[in-house]
Amino acid sequence: MRLGLVVDLDKCVGCNACAIACKQWNTSGTSGSLTDYRPYGADPSGVFFNRIRHYETGNYPDSKTVHFPMSCMHCEEAACVTVCPTGASYKREEDGIVLVDPEKCMGCNYCAWACPYGARELDREEGIMKKCTLCVDRIYDENLPKEERKPACVMTCPTTARYFGDFDDPNSDVSIASSKRDGQELFPELGYKPVNQYLSPRKKVEIKQHEISEPDLVRKVKDWVNKVVEL
Amino acid sequence: MHPAFSVIFFTVTSGAGYGLISLLSLLNFLNLGMLLDKNTFFITAGVAIALFTMGLISSTFHLANPKNAWRAFMRFRTSWLAREGLLAIIFYPLIILYLFLIYIDFQIDQYFFMQAYSFFIFLVSIIIIHCTGMIYACLKTIPQWNTFWTPINYITIGIFLGSLILFFIFYLNGVDVDPYKYYLLSAIVLSFFTKMSYYFSIKKHTHNIRQATNAAIKLKSTNVRLLDVGHTGGTFLTDEFGYKVAEKKLLRVKLFSIFFGFLAPFALIYTHIFLFESIIICFIAICFAFLGMVAERWLFFAQAKHVVNLYHGAQNV
Repeated sequence: MRLGLVVDLDKCVGCNACAIACKQWNTSGTSGSLTDYRPYGADPSGVFFNRIRHYETGNYPDSKTVHFPMSCMHCEEAACVTVCPTGASYKREEDGIVLVDPEKCMGCNYCAWACPYGARELDREEGIMKKCTLCVDRIYDENLPKEERKPACVMTCPTTARYFGDFDDPNSDVSIASSKRDGQELFPELGYKPVNQYLSPRKKVEIKQHEISEPDLVRKVKDWVNKVVEL
Repeated sequence: MHPAFSVIFFTVTSGAGYGLISLLSLLNFLNLGMLLDKNTFFITAGVAIALFTMGLISSTFHLANPKNAWRAFMRFRTSWLAREGLLAIIFYPLIILYLFLIYIDFQIDQYFFMQAYSFFIFLVSIIIIHCTGMIYACLKTIPQWNTFWTPINYITIGIFLGSLILFFIFYLNGVDVDPYKYYLLSAIVLSFFTKMSYYFSIKKHTHNIRQATNAAIKLKSTNVRLLDVGHTGGTFLTDEFGYKVAEKKLLRVKLFSIFFGFLAPFALIYTHIFLFESIIICFIAICFAFLGMVAERWLFFAQAKHVVNLYHGAQNV
């Protein structure tokens, strides 16, 4: 199994609901808590597994805003696992989920240095590295109805921009979405083979711009008259 | 990258310590060690052990959860950090046995065994410095570190600092330092040139924001720029990777480190050897070299730009 997410950048409206749902579920989950520092202070900060950044591309009038949620990509060649000296970071053989064992982590930050996606954040209060678990404590929970055995971010997304499933299964939601829309990996140059994929925004219709032509004689006379009258 | 003082201190002092012990064992291997009296030999070894022990202890200060530090040797098959830690720990019994054998004048097969042991100690101490360098050099996410010059710099600077201390202790104990003077000057020159090569090799940007996002956004011809980073305050990522220093300050620190780290020690040692012999000059040279290397290591961190900055609005790293 190769569990992961597909994010449709055309559907994502950047509402941050996924980040909040993630925080709500996971702060009391197996990797909890997602500590907040100074939550009511002047400069609140805290641990998140999922962050949404917003980009703009192109030039007016063909510019486009793209909302870009990023969480752990659960890479096949996970550098964070390779560099971890303690063995706290590991990739599960059965489903490919990358996890941190809080009993073993010594908080050296080395895995965060190795991750190009900024997926790992140190919990400064607990001294332990935290990261997206793909809601491992949810997707296998047989007490939940079958349709709810999905990561919290996927469950909550109001525009259904997020898909969850097994990339090895050609009939899963993620495989279908990915093959239909040519799913893309992030930063493939680094060679970490991220599992999560992104569906690029579709090409927009180009907006025609009209050139302003040189004013003709009548226009010039009218302009001149206007100027004189104003004086 | 955020320059943590504990890590700067660790890399400088442990590099100097392993550099010093590698030179001492190399002298023994080359049969020059027998020219030393035992007193000098053990003082030098003691200083080396003190240096790298201080470094290793300091390296645990930047851990957020130091009670698990003993686990740091587990994944030596993949992690350079674990390799460094494991070798550093294995090195203690090795060096203690080595010093003990020298202390009791252990002779077997007409000192062939001791010679082999000396070479082994030399090799292991160099490999440990190499591992320290590789901790940084293996990270593809930080282009300024991901170069073969990084471990070379760590080794040459470790040997350079070790040579300075060795020279100082020898001179203090009345050992004839005449044969080592050209060696010492060339060690300074070598580390200087490898460091300059490093600075030259990291001049170019290797990744840009289009690479980081365009595979997904797929609008290759147009520029991508950050509109909103999505959080109101600082995060772990901005604290750890978003360390920004003005270019002018970087340049000033660079000039400072080149002057105090390489030029001043070279000039002082040159003065000491050829013009005016004085132990104070030697001592000042060591102080300057360490000061310069702390600045050099600070720069090594401050100059390094993690690719995650591309997602936070940096156009290139």
